[in-house]
Amino acid sequence: MPDQLIFAMEVTLNGLMAGVLYALVALGFVLIYKASGIFNYAQGVMALFAAMTLVGIMQGQVPFSHVINAVFGGHITHFGWTVPSFVAILMTVAVMVLLAWLVQVLVMKHLVGQEPIILFMATIGLAYFLEGVADLMWGSEIKTLDVGLPQGINLWIDETTFGIFGYGFFIDNLDIVATVIAALLVTGLVLFSQYTKQGRAMRAVADDHQAALSVGISLNFIWVLVWSVAGFVALVAGIMWGTKSGVQFSLSLIALKALPVLMLGGFTSIPGAIVGGLIIGVGEKLFEFLIGPMVGGATENWFAYVLALIFLVFRPQGLFGEKIIERV
Amino acid sequence: MFYREAGDFKLSYVEDSQTFPIKFDRYRYYAVLAVAFGVVPFLVNDYWVNAILLPFLIYAIAAIGLNILVGYCGQVSLGTGGFMAVGAYACYKLMTAFPEVSMFIHVLLAGGITGLVCVLFGLPSLRIKGFYLAVATLAAQFFLVWLFNRVPWFYNYSASGQINAPERDVFGIIITGPNAPAWATYMFCLIFLTFCAIMARNLTRGTQGRTWMAIRDMDIAAEIIGVNPLKAKMTAFAVSGFFVGISGALFFSVYLGAVEVGEAFGINKSFLVLFMVIIGGLGSIFGSFAGAAFLVLLPVILKVVGVDWLGWPTDIVAHFQLVIVGALIITFLILEPHGLAQLWRVAKEKLRLWPFPH
Repeated sequence: MPDQLIFAMEVTLNGLMAGVLYALVALGFVLIYKASGIFNYAQGVMALFAAMTLVGIMQGQVPFSHVINAVFGGHITHFGWTVPSFVAILMTVAVMVLLAWLVQVLVMKHLVGQEPIILFMATIGLAYFLEGVADLMWGSEIKTLDVGLPQGINLWIDETTFGIFGYGFFIDNLDIVATVIAALLVTGLVLFSQYTKQGRAMRAVADDHQAALSVGISLNFIWVLVWSVAGFVALVAGIMWGTKSGVQFSLSLIALKALPVLMLGGFTSIPGAIVGGLIIGVGEKLFEFLIGPMVGGATENWFAYVLALIFLVFRPQGLFGEKIIERV
Repeated sequence: MFYREAGDFKLSYVEDSQTFPIKFDRYRYYAVLAVAFGVVPFLVNDYWVNAILLPFLIYAIAAIGLNILVGYCGQVSLGTGGFMAVGAYACYKLMTAFPEVSMFIHVLLAGGITGLVCVLFGLPSLRIKGFYLAVATLAAQFFLVWLFNRVPWFYNYSASGQINAPERDVFGIIITGPNAPAWATYMFCLIFLTFCAIMARNLTRGTQGRTWMAIRDMDIAAEIIGVNPLKAKMTAFAVSGFFVGISGALFFSVYLGAVEVGEAFGINKSFLVLFMVIIGGLGSIFGSFAGAAFLVLLPVILKVVGVDWLGWPTDIVAHFQLVIVGALIITFLILEPHGLAQLWRVAKEKLRLWPFPH
């Protein structure tokens, strides 16, 4: 087999893995969008916030210690204990639920019935706010996150492919774990929305706010629930990306990467988010591999957007989205 | 008492359709122009011009441009940073290719080129709308920044990948490069801002502005009463791109002097200008000024209060700034979706009746 083809296969596999991670972020968007019609730009920053909180709790950092030190003087930094990762994850989930409740009570409740674009801008404001709060709480330096996930090259795949093609594929263990976790998460979400009372209520709200309200479903509760679930998805995405490349500001930019994924897959479809993520992941890696060297490289920055842009012109609702019908 | 229209009779159509029909407004406008052109240039020093006045003037132009697109025509764009970069690089190429031509012409041409690029990236707006379009304009943002980073022709094959503004003059007065006097750079930008503001004000008052607003309010209804959506949207993109391009050209050549595209014209610039438009007021020229002034002054004030008075470290103040800007955006959207401009309108209504409220 020619070398180029084997390399292309390896690139494709890695692209699929990266696509799973994009899909993970995109999932959080789809959940909130389906239930409340809000396009939550802050999803990426929520992932950053969750990851930073997790690191902070695990290392026993004192929240706002920088600010306290700067304003009152003193040298507080750590409580002096460390928290095992499982407990820390539970505590972070609690923080994300609290955050969801605050967002609902302080922001979204007052914006019910506004145009979607106003809500979108409000979440951009929320993103800035959360980013500032996260930095004030835990400090803005790059942190390493290690919750005990396996990392490094997968030797089994390396050896097997070496046996077949005479060339070992480089696949990160972390990517494999991420794929498995993403699959579990999606299954869990589907089961939750199909078979539980709250899940059904959530789908009812997504279908028709007023009808749901009239049969006695509390919109407030559902929206807090949805934001909490989105916060949980953000935490999972934050752990994956944080373990991969460190917890830092660039983590919040994955939200921007998830946008073209959504546009490809359709804003309202969970399978769409996954398929879209895979297409973008494979597409940008292959494009960089095949065309990138000819035009100067680093095409990953824009490929996804341009692909989505071209795609939108032909199919505005995305691959799996509901057809957009305008009534006058 | 002072601000009223009673007794202010219009005897001709020309008088009736002037930009500021109320006498008080008109005199205030003349007074502002007189102070800006006649008094400020003699008072300013380097610090004032570089920290406050130049960013304000340049961002105000960008905000007017984006306001035409978002506030008047309802097409949300997140590509402002990329379009400003087009203006900057167009200006740079023109400045280095034709050194003897006046800077006025270069900046205007840079605006024109940006207008064309903006129309190109605005084409999808015919098919998609709302935040689908917002995301589509992100493609422009990332693609353009990448293009200027990777294609050496745009930065004249310089080793650093940066572009540096060569020294150019207008009527013998240096206005770009490190030797430019502060008042000259101020005047140069002020002239462009005045020109843009008058043009935008009159465009939005006239037929063109009304077709834009019809598209914004309801595009299907607009189409039925005979507004051509293709023409309306494309002109909005073109005019908006023209203004944004001018501001990008000034930002590079007069204000910064040296630019690294990813840093100066990144996605954050797009959001900054969008925030100016939201905080100032969607669909208001005055709002663009107010928003630009607000977001230029806020960091300066926070820095003076936080770093100089309270002695906090700069990074904490920078984070507080994020929190405050974010909170302000949300507060404005909840309490006053029409921005600072609406507060100004309410104040004017109150002033009309003052001191007799009935």
